[in-house]
Amino acid sequence: MSVTESTETITGCKVRFMRKGTGAPLLFLHGTSGASRWLPFMEKLSETHEVIVPEHPGFGASDSPEWLDNISDLAFFYLDVFDHLGLEKVNLVGTSIGGWLAAEIAIRNATKLSSLTVVAPAGIRVKGVRKGDVFMWSPEETARNLFYDQAFAEAMLAVPQTREGMEILLKNRLTSAKLAWEPRFLNPDLYKWLHRISAPTLIVWGGNDKAMPVGYAPAWRDLIPNSRLEIIEKCGHLPQIEKADHFVELVNGFIGEVTR
Amino acid sequence: MKFYFMHLMPYADLDLSYDEKHNSAWVTLPNTFYDPKKGHQLYNRYLDELEYADQLGFDGICVNEHHSNAYGLMPIPGVMAGALARRTKNVKIAILGRALPLLNNPLTVAEEFAMVDNITGGRLIAGMVRGIGAEYHSWGVNPAFSHERFQEAHDLILQAWTKPGPSVFEGKHYNFEYVNVWPRVYQDNPHPPIWIPSQGSSETIEWAAHPDRKYTYLQTFASVSTVARYMKMYKDVAAGYGYEATEDQLGWSLPLYVAETDEIARREAKEHIEAFLQKFLRMPMEMLLPPGYTSVKSMVGAMSAKAGHSMKQTIDSVIDEGKFICGSPATVREKLEEYQAQIGFGHLLTLLQFGTLPAELTRKNMEIYSKEVMPYLRNVTARRAA
Repeated sequence: MSVTESTETITGCKVRFMRKGTGAPLLFLHGTSGASRWLPFMEKLSETHEVIVPEHPGFGASDSPEWLDNISDLAFFYLDVFDHLGLEKVNLVGTSIGGWLAAEIAIRNATKLSSLTVVAPAGIRVKGVRKGDVFMWSPEETARNLFYDQAFAEAMLAVPQTREGMEILLKNRLTSAKLAWEPRFLNPDLYKWLHRISAPTLIVWGGNDKAMPVGYAPAWRDLIPNSRLEIIEKCGHLPQIEKADHFVELVNGFIGEVTR
Repeated sequence: MKFYFMHLMPYADLDLSYDEKHNSAWVTLPNTFYDPKKGHQLYNRYLDELEYADQLGFDGICVNEHHSNAYGLMPIPGVMAGALARRTKNVKIAILGRALPLLNNPLTVAEEFAMVDNITGGRLIAGMVRGIGAEYHSWGVNPAFSHERFQEAHDLILQAWTKPGPSVFEGKHYNFEYVNVWPRVYQDNPHPPIWIPSQGSSETIEWAAHPDRKYTYLQTFASVSTVARYMKMYKDVAAGYGYEATEDQLGWSLPLYVAETDEIARREAKEHIEAFLQKFLRMPMEMLLPPGYTSVKSMVGAMSAKAGHSMKQTIDSVIDEGKFICGSPATVREKLEEYQAQIGFGHLLTLLQFGTLPAELTRKNMEIYSKEVMPYLRNVTARRAA
């Protein structure tokens, strides 16, 4: 079975989806770098789940709708996506800005979530723990700072940049800025409502994250009642890429346990 | 043609070896590089230079706005304009700022400009810009909303100046129940002249040239070919709207150095213009072009160009491109006469102090320029107009 690609119009916005697998649905919400390609961790997760990977409005091949101004707009949009897809019980997995988005969705309506996994999410503030300034990083610094194992950075830097790739990169950066420039990767009100997340929650963090430092992890664990924290050592901001096997094992184990 | 003396007020005492440890003179260069004792001297020296321009017969003087950097020490240009308002008698005072999207309350600009306009009895020229990319880092303002906020702030200021108050303003970024600015602008028919400085943008030109506005488009630091291209674009857009753009709608701003001979000019200017180019202007792409500051399309263009050649600018390269005019009075006259005839700009803003150029050379530059270049060009362009 191969990956199915589709474009669907939801609330007037064209959204690109990638899908593969059967089983309980798992909706993956990507981070600032988008989800243009089907990645090995998605493939592994699709062995046990129906994996659904949308590109958020304003990212990749999806539309940039007029109404998109902030993370709240995006969170409400995804409630429409749930309705559109007819998802009644979904495992929601989000990384970085997508983890933030997943939490924003969950505080608005958690009734359709069977589980929530957030990976190095943005969205809250721990005073004194400074997030990396990704908007100031050069492409090389970005690659180097995202990974603990520099072999991944080398591989990322070795990919030749096409015009189309550059356009998508800039589109993704623009929408990321819209959502997160000021206050930086923060919704000042989010922390007040994280207690509303009733779904069992897994928090995953790379121990060497330079974008969203692991100092944030305990705060998330403390703010979400039914949550568990897993820190992956020798790992940067993208555990799903840098430690794909370990990551998939954690997610599958967690979902298996809480949805038994 | 009208002549303006423009100042950036750089921190000329900057330790130029800063770039061994820091990648820019903007945003992140520690302000411990700034010595207030030296700054005190510099501010007063620069204000003297601007006042001197009034005595030398310039038509106007221009102050500028940039934040958190060594390139220009006028984060709040209205302070300078206020100081100059009382010490000058004849010159127009152009404030070029203000960076409207940076402001949470653009009415502060409506007020500040109106005050300067009242004190000077209508000598104010009102600049409106988006600021450069670095400003969005320094001020923490979201560049993704830069265009929206500029438009809205502009509309609000215009409303404050032209619609009897109190009035209501209902925007996306700005909302007011009582727009009612005291004082009203002195130039109230309908409002002070508005200038739009730009590094070059077709969107900006389309907007500035619109018959509802006809604002003066001011091309900043760019090669002669770029200046010519954008000014032609302005004229074409105006023609498309069914009117002919006048010289008054086109301005050019550039550094210039004139001395006794070509050789002396080049020798005296070299280290100072190169400090300007290589040290004061220095900043990485991420600082210059944050997301949303320009369209994705022009950003791709800029990134491709950068990848192709990141050439170091030198005195020779900027003279060749016509970004910097440097030479004897005859050379400078000849070039400006040619460019003006070819491009048809009506306002020439010369940066006669740049980088580390010291006080004596700045004054000499101003004197030779005002005595041996300005009168000649005034006559030539007046004759041509007649």
